[in-house]
Order: sequence, then structure tokens, then C-alpha cells
Amino acid sequence: MASVKVSNIIKTYPAEKKSVVKALNNISFQVDKGELFGVIGPDGAGKTSLFRIMTTLLIADSGIATVEGFDTVKDYKQIRKQIGYMPGKFSLYQDLSVEENLEFFATIFNTSIKENYDLIKDIYVQIEPFKTRRAGKLSGGMKQKLALCCALIHRPTVLFLDEPTTGVDAVSRKEFWEMLKQLKTQGITILVSTPYMDEASLCDRVVLLQNGSMLSIDTPQKITQQFNKQLIAVKTDNMYALLQSLRECNEVENIYPFGEYHHVVLKNNNTKSEVQQYVAAHGFKDVELNPASANIEDCFIELMRNQ
Amino acid sequence: MTDEKVITAKALTKKFADFIAVNAISFEVSKGEIFGFLGANGAGKTTAMRMLCGLSLPTSGEATVAGFDVYKESEKIKKNIGYMSQKFSLYEDLTVKENMRFYGGIYGLTEKRIKEKSQQVLADLHMEAEQNKLVKSLPLGWKQKLAFSVAIFHEPAIVFLDEPTGGVDPVTRREFWEMIYQAAQNGTTVFVTTHYMDEAEYCNRVSIMVDGRIEALDTPTNLKKQFNTASMDEVFLQLARKAVRQAD
Repeated sequence: MASVKVSNIIKTYPAEKKSVVKALNNISFQVDKGELFGVIGPDGAGKTSLFRIMTTLLIADSGIATVEGFDTVKDYKQIRKQIGYMPGKFSLYQDLSVEENLEFFATIFNTSIKENYDLIKDIYVQIEPFKTRRAGKLSGGMKQKLALCCALIHRPTVLFLDEPTTGVDAVSRKEFWEMLKQLKTQGITILVSTPYMDEASLCDRVVLLQNGSMLSIDTPQKITQQFNKQLIAVKTDNMYALLQSLRECNEVENIYPFGEYHHVVLKNNNTKSEVQQYVAAHGFKDVELNPASANIEDCFIELMRNQ
Repeated sequence: MTDEKVITAKALTKKFADFIAVNAISFEVSKGEIFGFLGANGAGKTTAMRMLCGLSLPTSGEATVAGFDVYKESEKIKKNIGYMSQKFSLYEDLTVKENMRFYGGIYGLTEKRIKEKSQQVLADLHMEAEQNKLVKSLPLGWKQKLAFSVAIFHEPAIVFLDEPTGGVDPVTRREFWEMIYQAAQNGTTVFVTTHYMDEAEYCNRVSIMVDGRIEALDTPTNLKKQFNTASMDEVFLQLARKAVRQAD
């Protein structure tokens, strides 16, 4: 059963000289109950506009969005009662303490910390030692945990998290995704946006968003399986020269840095050995050349090229 | 890359009251090197970088940047470095050309030099048609590439990049790194922080800070060997998990 439905959403913003910017260009998807759904895309892709529309904070130019069967325009009051929302910008009261913030949000939703403590317990115990500290004085990682607790304290059925891991270091990012996995077991539908491509693999399904348009929507496994070109990983003694040299190679469709290797996308019917010969003929040393399997980032790059 | 050292730090330390933000770090960076400066939030990266940029006086220890002493010659350091961060770089309500003119002027370039250099940057970035547009109207990827060009507009010995690629798409992120490679090849030393572990692989050497100390410093290949793992991500996690103190 669908928990969130988005159909043909278009959103524009006025720009210079009476022109408009299309922030969202005909977006449609469904998120099932209990699903962990990722909206993956760089800054400016339209992630925040989309989240604001789904959380009733922004009205689309056209199209329909529903959450738990309620219309985001007509039934906004019902939706607000039962969703949890964590905006990209830290939005708790900086001059209230950790505990006061949590109590405030519980009260607003006519509930108490005690009533729903079981839901937030695993997360809250990590910040409980600092419960008398003002929210503004918390570290980035702790702010994030408190914001998540506040978004959960009224036991929402759908949770919207807009870029919860942006600017957060690798350790805190990993911990945060562990928490989401835990929440998923409670049956909460979770929509999470992120500019980090590697986080896609942690979602049940993802939509890849670029310049307001959907590049792809599927499970992360299926998206990477759809990469239908030959991909190889190459490493030599001079990586920058290799990059420039392989751009001139006829067999190569695309080449880009990829961690310690460069990824090379081959043109149709070309094989690894042709590239191997080319690299050897151009005097590179310590050559390492292996077939590679595409990940979400390779797919995103390929889809951007075809857009 | 050459053997000439453009950054040297010996037991560099910064204390705020009884809190040791940076605890006796020592390292050297060569001319033309791409040096990755990693660490979890709160590990002390920003404080260390502020000392190296001449913005904050160390409590103890020694350091020279571009041959100048961080205690006595901070003004000379400022003239010889470039700086770019994702948070602040260009003036949104100035045009592309005005931004270059402004930065060129600040660093004391002549009118003639500013003109030449501006033409060159616009040509390199294929942005001639945008030169009179306000920076705020540019796509994020263009802005970031322009910001980098402006940071090295006065041809500094070292450029400090503080999380320069946050949030940009994977294609632009790579185009940005090619600009970094290019600058390094031209002899500019690049000192860069990032949260993307694949970008750590693009650096010649990487240091990882934990609780104010440099816990590891080597080439990405050697670090992976040392920690017996296949990715920099895992190296970082192994080290950063040992952190005791919380981020600020």
C-alpha cells in the first residue's frame, strides 16, 4: 500500500527578467508503507522543494501529492498531525535545553515523552547525558540526534528527513543510517534526501534527481544492473596524464577519476585489451587494469550524459 | 611535486583555556603536493587550518607557510595563500567579472594584470558569455569552479580548500578535481579537507586527525596497507571511531 504518492508535480520559481526556474519538472513516484526511500541528487536538484511540497509547506504549480491518502493542499492539517519532518537546516529552539525541546514538541502534538519513549529510546540515551544543555551548544552529530528525536516524539507514520547527513563526518553518517535501519523495523515509512551517492545503497528504493528531473527510480541493485556498458578500472604511475591521454583514445566513451582508479566506459564492441594496448603504447608504468562493476555514482554520471 | 617544503609544522599546538584543540601536530607539505587534511567533526582541522592561514596564533610549537613564520609574519602569509570554502567564496551580488576585479584588487594586482588574468580565467572556464552575469544566477557547479579560479587568481604558493565540493553533482565534482590536478602540476600546493573518502584517494598524501592529534599520515596506498583494508573509508572509520571527544 502506498504511503506517499506524488503525481506530475511541477514547481517553478520566478527568476531574473520575468523568466522562471523549473525546480521540479513533472515528478511522479510512490512510496510504500514501511519503505526506506531515498531522494538522491546534488544541490539544486529540487530535493528540498519536493520535501516541502510533500510536507505541506509549499504548494506546487501543478500536480497532486498525497500522504497517507490525504491531499497535501486540502488536507494539510491531517498530514501535519501525523508526519515527522526534519528540515535540512537545524530548526529546533537553540535557547531551550535538549529536554525542553523534546518536551515542547511532545506537548504541541498532545502527547508526552513518556508515552512514546520506547520509539526514541535508542537515540535519546546517546544525548541524555547532555539533557540540560542548550540545543545551540550541541555538536553537529548531537543536534542531528535531537532533531530526529523531536521529529519522532509524536509517533509519526511517515518520516521526512531532508539531507540529515550533509556536512556530517563519515562516522556520524554511518551511525545515522544505523538509526534509520532501526526505525524501519518499527514500520515507519521513511523518505530521506541526500547528495551523497554512496548512501543510495542503504535505501530500499531510490529516485535519482538532477535539475528538477527524475533520472531513474528503482532499487539501487536494479539501477546498477541497468548500466549496460563495459566499465574498466585503470591505475598507473601518473593518474593525471592517464586521464588526459585516455580522453584521446578512440575506444573510450568516457573516463573520470574514481577513488584510486580512473573509471573508463568503453564504446560498443571494444574490449579491455584495446585499452591495455593503448596504455602500454603511451608509456605508462605500473599499469593495473581490471573490469569493474558500476555503482550508483557511475550510473548517475552516465544518466547525466544522456539527459 | 618537488622536495621544496612550503608548509612545515613542528609540535604546533592551540589551547583554548584547558581545552587542547590542536595537540602538537608535526608535518611537512611539498611544493606542488595535493595534501588531504581529514578528520571527524571536532577533531581540530579548522583550528589547525586557521593557524596555518595566519588567522589564529598558536599557543606553542612552530610553523612556516610559504617560508613565513606563523607568529611574526602572518600578513605575509595571507598575501601568499589562497582560500576557498563551500560556505563562503564569491560575492553573489557582484558579476563574474566584478568578483575577479575585486579579488585581484585586494591582492594588489595591477589593473592590466587583472584584465589579462580575467580574460584567461573566462576562456579556461568557457564563461565568456557569462562575464557580466551576477554570480547568484550561475549554477552551483560553475560557481564552485569560478570560486577556485578566483582563489588562485593571484597565483599563491598554496591554496587552502575547506570542503570545496560539498553537494555538487558527481560530474562537476570530478571537473573540480581536474582543476586541482592542473593547479598542482603548475606548482601550486593544494591543502584540502573533504568528507568524501574517494577524494582522499586523489591526494598525494593524507593526514587524519583524531582528538587534536595527527594519528596517520601517508599516501592513500600505504595507509590502506597499514590498516589492512581496501578503502580509505575504512581507514578513516577505524581511526575516527577511537575519538573520545565530541565535535564542537
